[in-house]
Amino acid sequence: MSMTISEPKVTKELIERHGITPEEYDYICKILGREPNFTELGIFSVMWSEHCSYKNSKPVLKKLTKTTIAACPNSLLLVKPGDENAGVIDIGDGLAICFKIESHNHPSAIEPFQGAATGVGGIIRDIFTMGARPILCMDSLRFGKLDEKINKHLLRGVVAGIAHYGNCIGLPTVGGEIYFDESYEGNCLVNALCLGLMKKEDMIKGSAKGAGNPVYYVGATTGRDGLGGAAFASRELTEESKEDRPAVQVGDPFLEKLLLEACLELKKTGAIVGMQDMGAAGLTCSTCETASRGSTGIEIDLVKVPKRETGMVPYEIMLSESQERMLVIVEKGKEKIVEAIFEKWDLHAVKIGEVRDGHLMKVYENGRLVAEIPARALAEDGLIYNRESTVPGYLKEMQQLDLNSIAEPADFNQVLLKLLDDPSIASKAWIYEQYDHMVRTDTVFLPGHDAALVRVKGTKKGIALATDCNGLYCYLDPYEGGKIAVAESARNVVCSGAKPIAITNCLNFGNPMKPDIFWQFQKCVEGMTDACCVFQTPVTGGNVSFYNESPKGAIYPTPTIGMLGLMENIESRIPSFFQKAGDTIYLLGETLNEIGASQYLLNVHGLKQGLPPRLDLKKEKALHEMILSGAQEKTFVSCHDLSDGGLAVAVAECLFGKIGHPLGARIDFEFGENLRRDALLFGETQSRVLVSVETKNEKFLEALATEHGVPFYKLGKVTENRLKIDSFIDIDSTQLEQVYRQAIPRRMS
Amino acid sequence: MKAAVIVFPGSNCDTDCWHVIRDVMNVNVDFVWHKETDLKGVDLVVLPGGFSYGDYLRCGAIARFSPIMKEVIKHADAGRYVIGICNGFQVLLEAGLLPGALLRNRTLRFMCKPVYLRVENSTTIFTNHLKQNQVIEVPIAHGEGNYFCDERTLETLEGNKKIIFRYCSENGTISDEFNPNGSLSHIAGIINQKGNVLGMMPHPERMSESILGGTDGKKIWESIVSYVK
Repeated sequence: MSMTISEPKVTKELIERHGITPEEYDYICKILGREPNFTELGIFSVMWSEHCSYKNSKPVLKKLTKTTIAACPNSLLLVKPGDENAGVIDIGDGLAICFKIESHNHPSAIEPFQGAATGVGGIIRDIFTMGARPILCMDSLRFGKLDEKINKHLLRGVVAGIAHYGNCIGLPTVGGEIYFDESYEGNCLVNALCLGLMKKEDMIKGSAKGAGNPVYYVGATTGRDGLGGAAFASRELTEESKEDRPAVQVGDPFLEKLLLEACLELKKTGAIVGMQDMGAAGLTCSTCETASRGSTGIEIDLVKVPKRETGMVPYEIMLSESQERMLVIVEKGKEKIVEAIFEKWDLHAVKIGEVRDGHLMKVYENGRLVAEIPARALAEDGLIYNRESTVPGYLKEMQQLDLNSIAEPADFNQVLLKLLDDPSIASKAWIYEQYDHMVRTDTVFLPGHDAALVRVKGTKKGIALATDCNGLYCYLDPYEGGKIAVAESARNVVCSGAKPIAITNCLNFGNPMKPDIFWQFQKCVEGMTDACCVFQTPVTGGNVSFYNESPKGAIYPTPTIGMLGLMENIESRIPSFFQKAGDTIYLLGETLNEIGASQYLLNVHGLKQGLPPRLDLKKEKALHEMILSGAQEKTFVSCHDLSDGGLAVAVAECLFGKIGHPLGARIDFEFGENLRRDALLFGETQSRVLVSVETKNEKFLEALATEHGVPFYKLGKVTENRLKIDSFIDIDSTQLEQVYRQAIPRRMS
Repeated sequence: MKAAVIVFPGSNCDTDCWHVIRDVMNVNVDFVWHKETDLKGVDLVVLPGGFSYGDYLRCGAIARFSPIMKEVIKHADAGRYVIGICNGFQVLLEAGLLPGALLRNRTLRFMCKPVYLRVENSTTIFTNHLKQNQVIEVPIAHGEGNYFCDERTLETLEGNKKIIFRYCSENGTISDEFNPNGSLSHIAGIINQKGNVLGMMPHPERMSESILGGTDGKKIWESIVSYVK
């Protein structure tokens, strides 16, 4: 007996429940020349969600990518941002890098382990879809304060989820960054980055071409998990969101490992015309996007789709976000090659349809037409909105800071210990030791350095990578904050000895329908744009995550930057830590009376107030050029940037290169008489780094700094085991290390 | 000398071992897919780390049924050499080539970090380039590396000097504090009765080039290569 499930009628309520506005619905009817059926409504709703269509962010993003690319005529982008699944950049020697960062915030807030795991799985697929072999992962995380039970639970789950997926698939998670702040309470951020390497000519595009070419479905089966995840990601989190748990997918890294190897093996055969992973909006997105890019039509029959559940209706099959699935367009006549490779890896490879002439995406179920929509209309033609934007009401008051009202602490030792005990500053070993960060035997700088550094076997090259964003800066001054996010990630890469060459970004914000949130978004992006133009680091792509709000309000604007750096010769790398007693310590860059928005002000005075430090892009660029020039000559023994916690924290961090064997430092200030002592020790003035050099190289360093117009200050010497900073700080290094290393473990135990 | 690195579905340290054997040791080495049934007369078989079969059921429990494992057992029975690293060690235990089992780390967390090992027996074919009681630094990366066996097995291992590596401090002190995963008797690696099959949790292939932070692991490869040659 056959059973037909009657589909719901498309009513006003149903349209509204799908998040489609009356205006959008009218447009859908115009495109189709009729009203959509239930399946089509579902298809439009996911493709036109913010997550897939960028309907609220597109105008701002277009300007960002266009401006930065135009300003970087020498950059070697191989695909235009947004055209493919991830950005690709030429690094010479016939090699190209493909990298991208993407958010999985909402799923992780609801189900931290699977939410984070599938975030990693998704970004890895984006990379091998392009034909690149993924070689590393990084993660940028934000949680509420670590003293709260719920945040411990989230951290534990997210870290275990990332570890579960990355470790099993055999990709080193080589670094990242993390902040803990009330603003992320109830809406944690999980941004996952993956980077892959390929021969330039091996790039695969995500487009369907050639009428008659078969369309293959490969990988895992389709179930009801993750139904409508893209739409779920485009809403605010509420108390009821926990009931959306079915919208969170479940990952299987073992299956993805097989899929990865099978796809890369298939690539070598030349049988692939195009490939796209089934991520957000699953089968829907992969079919209409490949057809749209190839300016062609596509036809699939859902009866052929391998399923893990019975009774799934077309709506569910099209919207499922089951993981570890790919759509592969194969050259006609090469079907046997594809099937043999996937059989070797014990994976499904099923022909579910064909590329067609024309422009329609036609979906059948056992021969019965269930959806018929112009592919381009779905992928490209969604309505784009220019949202209203106003200066937030909080801004003026929050930016005020009367320095005279801030009393300088009596005991600077206690301040330093307090800052080193802040989980946002402290050692992250509790986290990165759960990640296999060494597999593939390319990790040259272990986590804890300013930037991650991997070698490229068979060449002299090194690839450096850093992620960064200070959300508090962005909250108190979105333009300056956006600029600093780019500048600091570039500085991190430069400190390792690599030249910044491109960025990817993950823009995490609140609800864009709120004018003050949209203003934050615009301003952050403006700041990023200006910085990218000066550093010659074009935007290669990325991801926007809006609606990061909990009942307590929006998160801090958090435009996470993933900065890619290239080292032509890995022998010019510079570690972040002091290496031996007797070396001379220099501070490069000028220090100002800046304590606004600092970790010091927050930790010691309980204030999230004031203007973040001002960043001069020209000074920053001069500093980068000086360090890179010095790196060629092997001038520096170590180089570490100053950020959260300022100079005193940076000096302390430089001592902790070898676990259990901290070095010391003896510093005497011969400058800064006109500065507040707290600003001198803990202020976060930008464009500063701390270097150590051998005594014999002092003159050379000073000449180099002068040549580049970089102010330099000789601070003192690396010593055996005690940190002495003028008359202000005097602490045993072992005690410092203890506090620094125990801050997170003691809270998690 | 000729070596083979076995590739199970889910192996992920296969290319790392292959790279060290080929590029660092200059030894002839091939990958052998787990569905194959011929080892082609190699001297050394490497069972690499990773998550064979996704570690489903139990680490190494499914991999031992792969077709190639029959050949690996024959190879070991014939007195030829086998080294199992991390997941490879787990496969050797499941296949019965070594005694005991590996439980979850006592922290219940995956752990990746450099650790110190004390060489407990430097007379084996895998350790002859190391000194007795020498302390070496080699990283671990596992969630289930907590070695366990019954009392009698432990006595046999100890009595016959079949415990090859123990976790220790930088100075060679053996104590709970320096045992990262809770292993019985601080065991990090053991060898079979005949002395031709070594299993160890730490990854010597990750510490075989100075650019990666040290070359202590290389000593293990040098030991076996010089012995076979």
